[in-house]
Amino acid sequence: MERYDVAIIGAGMSGLAAGIRLAHFGKKVCIFERHNAPGGLNSFYAKDGRKFDVGLHAMTNFVDAKSSKRAPLNRILRQLRINRDDLGLCPQKQSRIAFPGVDLRFTNEFTFFVSEIERVFPSQIDGFLSLVEDIKNYDNDSLTGEFVSARKRLRLRISDPLLENMLFCPIMYYGSATVNDMDFGQFAIMFQALFLEGFARPFDGIRPIIRLLLQRYRETGGIRKMKTGISQIIAEGNKVSRLELDNGEQVQADVVLSSAGYEETLEMCSPKVEFDRSTYDDRLAFVETISVFSEQPKSWGWGDDTIVFFNDSEVFDYQSPSDPVDLRSGVICIPNNFEYGEQGDLAEGVVRMTCLANFDSWDLYSENEYYEKKDQWFDSIWKASSQFLPKPESNPFASRIAVDMFTPKTVERFTWRKRGAIYGSKEKMKDGRIGFDNLFLCGTDQGFLGVVGSMVSGIAMANAHALR
Amino acid sequence: MTNEECKQVVIDIIAEIAPDEDVSDINPDVALREQLDLDSMDFLDIVMELRKKHGIEVPEADYGELASLGSCAAYLTPKFNALV
Repeated sequence: MERYDVAIIGAGMSGLAAGIRLAHFGKKVCIFERHNAPGGLNSFYAKDGRKFDVGLHAMTNFVDAKSSKRAPLNRILRQLRINRDDLGLCPQKQSRIAFPGVDLRFTNEFTFFVSEIERVFPSQIDGFLSLVEDIKNYDNDSLTGEFVSARKRLRLRISDPLLENMLFCPIMYYGSATVNDMDFGQFAIMFQALFLEGFARPFDGIRPIIRLLLQRYRETGGIRKMKTGISQIIAEGNKVSRLELDNGEQVQADVVLSSAGYEETLEMCSPKVEFDRSTYDDRLAFVETISVFSEQPKSWGWGDDTIVFFNDSEVFDYQSPSDPVDLRSGVICIPNNFEYGEQGDLAEGVVRMTCLANFDSWDLYSENEYYEKKDQWFDSIWKASSQFLPKPESNPFASRIAVDMFTPKTVERFTWRKRGAIYGSKEKMKDGRIGFDNLFLCGTDQGFLGVVGSMVSGIAMANAHALR
Repeated sequence: MTNEECKQVVIDIIAEIAPDEDVSDINPDVALREQLDLDSMDFLDIVMELRKKHGIEVPEADYGELASLGSCAAYLTPKFNALV
């Protein structure tokens, strides 16, 4: 039976980062990935010969090279021995939080966001600045901590509910697994990632980042088995002794890091582990539409916004909707609107729109209904979202050449996340421990999200549990 | 191995871990943390690289011995020489 120092479940960002760390320091590491493509929740695919990114709107946590070495991006580059220039990150132009009649714009310069808060909410600016201090002073490295309501913490500083909701809209959309509130620690991490730091994207999207990670992993001697899922984690008492692969083979590992998710990992354990499955009902899911155009969005007047977080009323409601899709709020991403400099424009125009969705509705449709509903909702999402963009100067549809859409079913099918919950379980295990001596979580359910956050997680869990 | 050679080994490791730091003018008597932007994770990496590259084990209780370039040399040189 093959034996590894460390087995990693999942070739997403956290698994790859953990693998690079461990292999670099001489551990015999194998990453097992059930899908045929790496990247996990930040993967890619091709449809009709056209390349698509799965989840990437923008990479958050963007800081420039000169800024603090403590910034998560600079820290992971150091720890993975990756040269920053190789990522080829291009900063965003400008993003926006759009509520009825009110816009808050933000860029990668935090002072601009402060000036926007001052312009729109002059009475709230002192409270807002105090909140920023609270966030900066929050100990993000702590691997323990109880749930602290971010809503309650925010209300100590912000008295205008509209500003409160406008701040929560982007932060929840970009990484909250809990309904209508979130842990303040998580809020602080996301606030830093979105506002104090910022958005960027490689010209070619997620692929160059994954390519770089794979290359580093290979160089360090790591082993990777694709289309090789783990069917069972076999434990004796509190110690995992073997992993059974989908093909029935077994392997041994001294330490196992799982990026499959908290409950998903427990489901794999043998003998069976009892846990509360009712939390599955609270899981948040999304739909995303992608429209591809032969023209650049700027040609019809959509050249300014990189990301728009919109909500059609003063109150922002972040929970699983009763309808298949909640059209009241969402996120629009226009990947063309990054500063690509000399690289020029992307070859095609792309508009991505994301809304909250109800997993069960999509799960229960028959195959025919499913495709019919996808088409219907595609159009509704476009209508609802595009109201928050300038009125187009010409008809975008005249140059539309391709569309795609994914639902919570799609996410579940390719990532094995229960109910397609991209932000995972509402339980986050910050120390990675789930009740075994040598099985630990990394990735989304360890509590860090996004491309950079996932890598932070993989590195932290590798350091803490498999390296010393 | 001399103390000076040992210092160079540590400098080479730091240069690899933190390519953006200027390692050309480190004062051996002043704590590394005071001269360079290194955190506890970087020190863990120095320990791990010593093990990987040179087979030198630094137990966690001794991490404090790596505070300055001078103390690194005093602590590590005998370990290097014991390897031969």
